[in-house]
This record gives sequence, C-alpha cells and structure tokens, in this order.
Amino acid sequence: MNSPDYEYLRKLLKERSGLDLSADKQYLLESRLLPLARKAGLSGIPDLVQKLQGGSSALITSVVEAMTTNETFFFRDKVPFDHFRDTIMPEVLKARAARRSVRIWCAAGSTGQEPYSLAMALKEMGGALTGWRVEIIATDLSQEVLEKAKSGVYSQFEVQRGLPIQMLMKYFKQTGETWQINPELRAMIQHRQLNLLQDFSHLGTFDVIFCRNVLIYFDQDTKINIFNRLARQIEPDGFMVLGAAETVVGLTDTFKPVADRRGLYRPNDPRAAAARPAVDGVAAPRVAAMAGR
Amino acid sequence: MKTCLVVDDSSIVRKVARRIVEALGFQVIEAEDGVEALVHCKKAMPEAVLLDWNMPVMDGFQFLGTLRRMPGGEEPKVVFCTTENGIDHITKAMGGGANEYIMKPFDKDIVLAKFQEVGLVAREEETAA
Ligand SMILES: C[S@@+](CC[C@H](N)C(=O)[O-])C[C@H]1O[C@@H](n2cnc3c(N)ncnc32)[C@H](O)[C@@H]1O
Repeated sequence: MNSPDYEYLRKLLKERSGLDLSADKQYLLESRLLPLARKAGLSGIPDLVQKLQGGSSALITSVVEAMTTNETFFFRDKVPFDHFRDTIMPEVLKARAARRSVRIWCAAGSTGQEPYSLAMALKEMGGALTGWRVEIIATDLSQEVLEKAKSGVYSQFEVQRGLPIQMLMKYFKQTGETWQINPELRAMIQHRQLNLLQDFSHLGTFDVIFCRNVLIYFDQDTKINIFNRLARQIEPDGFMVLGAAETVVGLTDTFKPVADRRGLYRPNDPRAAAARPAVDGVAAPRVAAMAGR
Repeated sequence: MKTCLVVDDSSIVRKVARRIVEALGFQVIEAEDGVEALVHCKKAMPEAVLLDWNMPVMDGFQFLGTLRRMPGGEEPKVVFCTTENGIDHITKAMGGGANEYIMKPFDKDIVLAKFQEVGLVAREEETAA
C-alpha cells in the first residue's frame, strides 16, 4: 500500500471511529480491506481509496465497521462480573431502594455477550430485583454486530467460551447447531447504534457503565475526552467498569479506582477533584506531557 | 501434578486432548472405554476426567454413574467431551453428576474455559482486547 493511501485511511478511521492505527499496520488494513474492496467490485486498495475520497458514505461505513475488533465472549474475564454481583449490585440495591430502578449501559456491547452476561447475572440474583425497573442499554458503533446482538443467536463455539453449562441450559434454547438466548433476557436489553466519539448525553444518566475493551484502540486525547463525557452520564454514586488493559489513572480526575477491585471505578466528587493541590494532581501534568508528544 | 484421565475410543481425539490437557499442566492417562477408565480410577482417582459419551463396552454415561458410586468417586471433576450436543444429553449428563460439558468439536480455549469453570485450572491474567 502506498503511503498517501495509508495515511488517508488512517486519518479517516481516526475521525470516524477513533481507531488509532500506528504507522506500521498496513498489513492489518490490507487483510481486512482487500476482501471488502473485491466484494464492492473494486480492484484493490488504491481504487477503494479513490472511491472513499469521492465520498461514498455507505462504503465509508463498511470500511469503518470492517476495521473494528468485535472479539468478545460471555462473562469475559469473569472478575468484572464478580464485581457486578458482589460489589456493584448490593450497593445499588441499597442506594436505589426508594426509587427501585437501575440503569446500566454497555458502551461497546459488540455482539451482545457482555450485556447478556449482565442480564443473566441479574436473573441469578433471584427475587432481589422483583418490582424493580431494570434497564440495560447496549450500544455499539457497528450496525452489523448490533443485528447479531439483537437476534441473540450464537454458535456452539461462542456458547462454550465463558458460559457455564448450567447457564446455557437455563437461559438458551437450542435450534440445530445454534443457541438462542431466551426472549425474557432479550427483552431486558435495548440495542442502539452509537458512536462514542459523538455526543451521548441523550442517553441520560446511569448507575452502572461497562465500557470495556474499546478505549484501548483510541489515543490519549480521545480517551480523556470520552472519560470526561462518561463522567457526566454517571450518577455520583455510580460505578464504571473498564477492560483489563484500561485505566483512568494518569488520564483524568473525573473517576477514581475502587481499592482492591480491579477494573472498577467510581466518579470523583467534582469539588474534591478541583480542590486537590497541583502537586497531588498527577493527572493534569501527565496528560499535558502525553498530549505534547 | 494433577492427573487427568482422557477417555475416548478414538486415538486421534485422545492425542489431541492429551496435548491440550498436558499444556494446562496435567499428567495424562488415556483410556479407550468406560471399563478401562474404571480400572484406572480404582488404582488411583484422577483429579479430572475428560469423557467421551459413545464408546464400545461401557459408554461415558454408564462410567459416570459407576464412578460416582465408588468410594472417592465423587472427587474427580468430570467434563464430558462429546459429539452428543443436544440439550437432552446435556441435561442427562449434568443430572448424572457431570461437572461440565464440552460439545465437539473442541479446542484449547474451550477446554481451558471449562477447566477454569470447575476450578481445575486457576484463572490467571485477564485477556487484553
Ligand atoms: C473488542 S469489542 C469489546 C466488546 C465487549 N465490551 C468486551 O469487552 O468483550 C470492541 C467494540 O467496540 C466497538 N467500537 C469501536 N469503536 C467504537 C466507537 N467509536 N463507538 C462505539 N463503539 C465502538 C466495536 O464495534 C466493537 O464491537
């Protein structure tokens, strides 16, 4: 791939999805975009770039979606779901006892394994949530993964990664080679298309936000920007869960890690953050240094 | 070192399973059918059994029932690994005392996930991306 084409695609992806490709990922672009180009009847990457520059928005969408990594599985990493059951939900049950409602957002839900894992975890709580209004909103940039998430249909391979057999027996129905999650659990989730780079304030505020394994693809400034906007959509006593390779530390003061709970964060009291002396505030100078690199 | 008994009438499947289970840190013993598997269990109970369903002489389900009634036979974690992938078989196996169930075809990730599920293998580092 020639470098102007590569630079054009890198910039396009960064703008559209936040994907921050390093300078040496030509092979990755080619392996994912060549099949797409061929399918669109184009001879190769140069042709594809030309077409994109011509402003074909359907093609841009396909390119952006083709470059997302949608890898996910049920109860991925397990620990976050233990936190959900043992730390998050007990607190929510207490804190929202009067209101009896809980709002949960899966901010990069991919093909649905994460929101459905949360739905199953809630079901496993038995009667504790009887009479409660539970909302799970699962969003993703990619329309294609959302369709799959909505259908709730998974292959035999997918239901064997992370899903205990007891849960498969309890919450899925087998149809031939595939397994579909029960209508009752499907009804617990609203699936919506949403780009985290764009405004999401219309979603309202949440008690719990799962934002896992998506920010890792973004550069520092984008991460900071998203964290700061997420902080506005979370209740002051809410919880945020990040992926195993993600953290707010050194990026923003709006969230703080929960001690002894890996991957779990809570919003910082805005006054406390503002009042903190500069020496203590590692975040600000380091962010500046990173942005300047 | 923990021991895993791999029970399958296909030598190819046993070979594949052995490689996977050994990589997870187990010492592997092989058996071709339920009867041979029981002989091993009488000598020394393994910590884990990876168990096919359809086998000549004694099938996996019969083996499981006999094992669970033996002294110490409730100890091993039994994970079925079979082409019988219908919900009826799964329900029957779990009701009969199996701990987990793998539907063939299987791979290393699935065996690892299931072994972690029943506590045979510790969960270690979380997956990145
Ligand atoms: C690796 S998956 C993570 C799925 C799940 N959260 C997990 O941890 O298993 C990343 C998902 O983020 C989505 N994504 C990428 N860029 C996005 C953006 N700018 N806005 C919203 N979703 C995005 C991708 O489509 C993909 O489905």
